Amino acid sequence: MSSNTTDTSNETESTTDESSTLIETEVSVDSQRSQTPTETVVSATNLSVSYGEQRALSDVSIEIPENKVTAIIGPSGCGKSTFLRSINRMNDRIPSCSVDGELRFKGTNVYADHVDPVALRRTIGQVFQAPNPFPKSIYDNVAYGLRIQGKADDVDLDEAVERALRGAALWDEVDGQLEESGLDLSGGQQQRLCIARAIAPDPEVILMDEPTSALDPVAASKIEDLIDELVSEYTVIIVTHNMQQAARISDKTAVFLTGGELVEFDDTATVFENPADSRVEDYITGKFG
Amino acid sequence: MSTQRGDLFADIDLGREKLINRLFHGLLVAASLFGLVILVLLIADVIWESYQGLTTFNIDPVQFLTEPSSSRAERAGFGASIVASLWLMALTAVLAFAIAVGCAIYLVEYAPETRTTRLIEANLANLAGVPSIVYGLLVLALIVNDAGLGSVILAGAIALALLIVPIIIVASIEAIRAVPSSVRDGSYAMGATTWQTVRQVVLPQAMPGILTGTILALARAIGETAPLIMVGTMLHATRYPSGPLSSFSAMPTQIYNWTYQADRMFNGLAALGIVVLLVFLVVMYALAGYLRKKYETEGSITNV
Repeated sequence: MSSNTTDTSNETESTTDESSTLIETEVSVDSQRSQTPTETVVSATNLSVSYGEQRALSDVSIEIPENKVTAIIGPSGCGKSTFLRSINRMNDRIPSCSVDGELRFKGTNVYADHVDPVALRRTIGQVFQAPNPFPKSIYDNVAYGLRIQGKADDVDLDEAVERALRGAALWDEVDGQLEESGLDLSGGQQQRLCIARAIAPDPEVILMDEPTSALDPVAASKIEDLIDELVSEYTVIIVTHNMQQAARISDKTAVFLTGGELVEFDDTATVFENPADSRVEDYITGKFG
Repeated sequence: MSTQRGDLFADIDLGREKLINRLFHGLLVAASLFGLVILVLLIADVIWESYQGLTTFNIDPVQFLTEPSSSRAERAGFGASIVASLWLMALTAVLAFAIAVGCAIYLVEYAPETRTTRLIEANLANLAGVPSIVYGLLVLALIVNDAGLGSVILAGAIALALLIVPIIIVASIEAIRAVPSSVRDGSYAMGATTWQTVRQVVLPQAMPGILTGTILALARAIGETAPLIMVGTMLHATRYPSGPLSSFSAMPTQIYNWTYQADRMFNGLAALGIVVLLVFLVVMYALAGYLRKKYETEGSITNV
């Protein structure tokens, strides 16, 4: 395949006209932001994850920068969700799951014996594919993290809840009805409630597992705008099967392909305009996957 | 047109097949009605008997509901037995609920999936099928005699609790499993411990189902006679129980004791007692049904 930039974009244009222009404009903005040098917050070295005999991730090495949006894309079953869940050790909840290699969070191997996954998860928030608010009031949903971490008495809880809801761009829609059930909100509002819940205890990293795939386009674009704001304070790692979304919102993109292999990891602009691996180019232009 | 159609199918004779079809239809309807008819007959008989009791023997309903029993039929009432049954239900509920729900939470949320836990879970159903008299014998030997507690309400409650613990465990496991795992994941991802997740997220959602199962199990316990006879009850509940350590005769045992008395008036009293017991059962089933209904409609409200 050609490595010439104009050639690649021409090819994309011929398949889907609208999306390619979107990718181009957004990418040029993003690529400027990713120029500044940053520190690594999550790094994996030869990380392999298996479910019983089934290998889901093989030999992944990656360094994810702080205060950036890193998108993880790839076809179904390529291990992108597995990678995300191995960062906050949610994979521990699956009995057959085994992990090899190293995964460091701010320099500490999270699979070291002395690391308690409960403590780890208090510094890494997660937002799931389908909104999963607790069957509690909006207020109690957002206050959940602070309460279970025993921080509810140390902070002004009302203020913390308001700040989290503002941070999740939900405050204006739920102000005055904080005592109503979180389940009475619309799907998009529920997902922003889950984001508020995740950011309320002020984590370092927010993991998002296809956070817009269960939402309509309007609700999805609100979440995308929100991610753009969150990244000034948090590191966001987002799994998505939507390549336009990855191109729009991310600074870095990692491409996993079948077999749980990390094929390419680079600035989003480079991955989409000038991928080093021909399989990535095939995947991005829709030739397979 | 119609003749044409008649000609077309004329040589297909369905007479025999249709006859067999109708025959089995009738047989199956009869089989379904059998249970219903027996139930209606039973209730009609009990009501007729109690009506006879009220008219022939001039039983005063107020006296029947408030007075304790007596060896003289004209002075006997059901009040002390009703109170004894309420004591039994309260103690049984307290004893059984904590143990059963604790066991269910452990099996679903904490226990690793090993052969042992699977074996325990599979055998809970067998335990629920053990004849109730066996639990009565166990309590007679261990609690009444060895521990020297005597034939008191608490001993009866222990026998009934042993009887319904497996039933509540099975119902609770089902209710806890029905809580979506996505909500659990949400809690764990926030850095919650297992107990925090159970307490804050799982139990509130599973509680209606657990309560429904508990009430249905208690409805079974309130009618149990055999284990209480084993534990030992008074022939006539001649005084109101003063607490868990009083001797007693609960509703079903008092009814049973009345039925073999020589005085025919006791048969009328027994029939009235059965009506009271049935009213208790209907109320409990209605409460369980109400909870289940409420739970179902609440569960369906999701905007996702």
